[in-house]
Amino acid sequence: MLVKLRTAAFSAAVIAFAFNSSSALAQKKYDTGASDTEIKIGNIMPYSGPASAYGVIGKTEEAYLKMINDKGGINGRKINFVTYDDAYSPPKAVEQVRKLVESDEVLAVFNPLGTPSNTAIQKYLNSKKVPQLFVATGATKWNDPKNFPWTVGWQPSYQSEAQIYAKWLLKEKPDAKIAILYQNDDFGKDYLKGTKDGLGAKASSMIILEESYEVSEPSIDSHIVKIKAANPDVLLIYATPKFGAQTIKKTAELGWKPLQIITNVSASVGSVMQPAGFDNAQGVLSAAYAKDGADPQWNNDPNMKKWSEFVDKYMPGADKTDGSIVYGYGAAQTLAKVLEMCGDDLTRANVMKQAASLKDFTPDTLLPGVKINTSVTDFAPIAQLQMQRFKGQKWELFGEIISGDVPSE
Amino acid sequence: MSAVEDVVTEAPAVEAVPKRAMTLGYGTSLVVLAALIITPLLVKNFIIFQMTMLLIYALAVLALNILTGGSGQFSLGQSAFYAVGAYTSAILMEHFNINYALTLPIAGIICFGFGFLFGQPALRLSGVYLALATFALATAMPQLLKLGFFEHWTGGVQGLVVTKPDAPFGLPMSQDMWLYYFTLAIAIGIYIASVNLLRSRSGRAFMAIRDNEIAASAMGVDVAKYKTLAFGVSAGITGIAGGLGAIAVQFVAPDGYTITLAISLFLGMVVGGVGWLPGSIVGSAFIIFVPNIAEGISKGLSGAVFGVLLFLVIFLVPHGARQVALVAQQLAAKLKKN
Repeated sequence: MLVKLRTAAFSAAVIAFAFNSSSALAQKKYDTGASDTEIKIGNIMPYSGPASAYGVIGKTEEAYLKMINDKGGINGRKINFVTYDDAYSPPKAVEQVRKLVESDEVLAVFNPLGTPSNTAIQKYLNSKKVPQLFVATGATKWNDPKNFPWTVGWQPSYQSEAQIYAKWLLKEKPDAKIAILYQNDDFGKDYLKGTKDGLGAKASSMIILEESYEVSEPSIDSHIVKIKAANPDVLLIYATPKFGAQTIKKTAELGWKPLQIITNVSASVGSVMQPAGFDNAQGVLSAAYAKDGADPQWNNDPNMKKWSEFVDKYMPGADKTDGSIVYGYGAAQTLAKVLEMCGDDLTRANVMKQAASLKDFTPDTLLPGVKINTSVTDFAPIAQLQMQRFKGQKWELFGEIISGDVPSE
Repeated sequence: MSAVEDVVTEAPAVEAVPKRAMTLGYGTSLVVLAALIITPLLVKNFIIFQMTMLLIYALAVLALNILTGGSGQFSLGQSAFYAVGAYTSAILMEHFNINYALTLPIAGIICFGFGFLFGQPALRLSGVYLALATFALATAMPQLLKLGFFEHWTGGVQGLVVTKPDAPFGLPMSQDMWLYYFTLAIAIGIYIASVNLLRSRSGRAFMAIRDNEIAASAMGVDVAKYKTLAFGVSAGITGIAGGLGAIAVQFVAPDGYTITLAISLFLGMVVGGVGWLPGSIVGSAFIIFVPNIAEGISKGLSGAVFGVLLFLVIFLVPHGARQVALVAQQLAAKLKKN
């Protein structure tokens, strides 16, 4: 009897202990890179080299997280943001990311920039089970939760943006004769594919010319002349900023007025529309998901006021027309949201779980109505854009918010 | 002869290096070797990865050193040979499922042929003109790799992801450590072969051409043959380094093999000491670690800091690591006498 009683008491104690410890664990769980006082986040950016203009994104994120820390951090923990230069070189990216993971021991790698660099580190991070969080590239392949469960995108993919243009054209101009000018690389080809997918069966009859150019060409005037000769009435410009500006300018010089749609990548007022000439750019269409820091229509927007105050205080002297500051702010805010949702369970698995359960989240810098949604099968956070038309010296939004969801591969 | 040609044919940048001064003594070699073998057992995987890259770039710098220090020809196109080697290995591994170790000799042979063929037209050029011709090769390569015609094999701009090999025979070591020792074995083999090459009849012919082409041909050296041979050997070794680089980084893409890489290798050669083979590893360390140090000093001005450091090196020790080693040797000799 006594023995039985003791056994019962003992097992009760064991059960109680087990309960205690499991509830204690549920309260606080950490992987490498997180502790009671700190969360370590890694990042790589091209601070030098051909793409160094994007380095502003890294600096913005650093400044944003400093602001978070000044306000007391996230759930009482400070963010330690470690960012390295990869010079836009894939071998250097691998070296720096391995340094972040193995030497600095970060919890996650956040917003690494560039399609080649991200491709180079994707396999490594997935095999190490380290989150590759909100990559800064528009390629479509990042939305692949089945094969790469530790990689998640952020901005709308090029293909989904192109689908939105296709949807809009099918609705508004179903008998259009379309010419496509695209850059001959993954960026341009993603847009081309998205357009064709979006037009579906009508693609072959609507697209009358596909013209590609090399990024190394000094000028694309000859391509524009060739396109004009085919006499299309819609020109889709899937070009990077320099070439986008050249296209709009040359088209106007030729006295030709097709309906022009330019990619969001080259929709910057400061670096494309102004050099192309405001007169020449009237009526050009594009799509947007984020607000433009240079656009006066957001001057009284409470969310953009927050952004503006942040830039004044933490990045004094920065150029507010630079889209990279808007971008970095939005991405960093999404990171902060995910870490907040993680609570005290700061494991890598939980970071991915929370990153995949964002519901209608709206960073300050996104257009009203554009929302971030993710799920275990949808690793493409932003998939909505709104059409806009260039008028005067700024973009004017029109129409509904359009979704361009591309199913994961 | 015009003034320009005078400057060009003078070739003062490559001064004659006696062949004994091209290597290290046995004692020093053994110490370096021991350090290279033991260190990985004590450090983290990330450091082992960096050491692997150190050896790989050292091989590429060594290859350039044979060409410039040995036969007196310039090249700013080593990144092209490196890229061909890397893509050869990557394509053979991923599309044909060939064992990684077997892809390296193939990469070496293909690059040897490529370099040998490129050496033919290069024969007519010397000095800065040759440097420009090779420069053209380096700028053309990344775009050639993007060509739609090759895209099925090269993966175009997206590049190719390469699977990293496990240690064979169930050896209890990590992939990184295995790859390091694998690279080390190849590097030692190539180093010994290179030293022997430069000490051989061919090596003497290289150096005779470097010192005075006319005198060399008067002595009966087939100038055309040995110049192209030097190009071929250099390209072949660079190709093997490229193949190893592709396996270590697990990824090849055109953006990894731009002219910046060629200039880095050239920089490594100068910092290590032109014509001094052991300097290759010092030069390689310079191009891998100094940019990281510069970034640590100032993120925004990393390029400027790197420039200042490079300037200091060139200003204080214009002959690179070789000069430092010579001074150390003389000091040691003095101490012995006393």
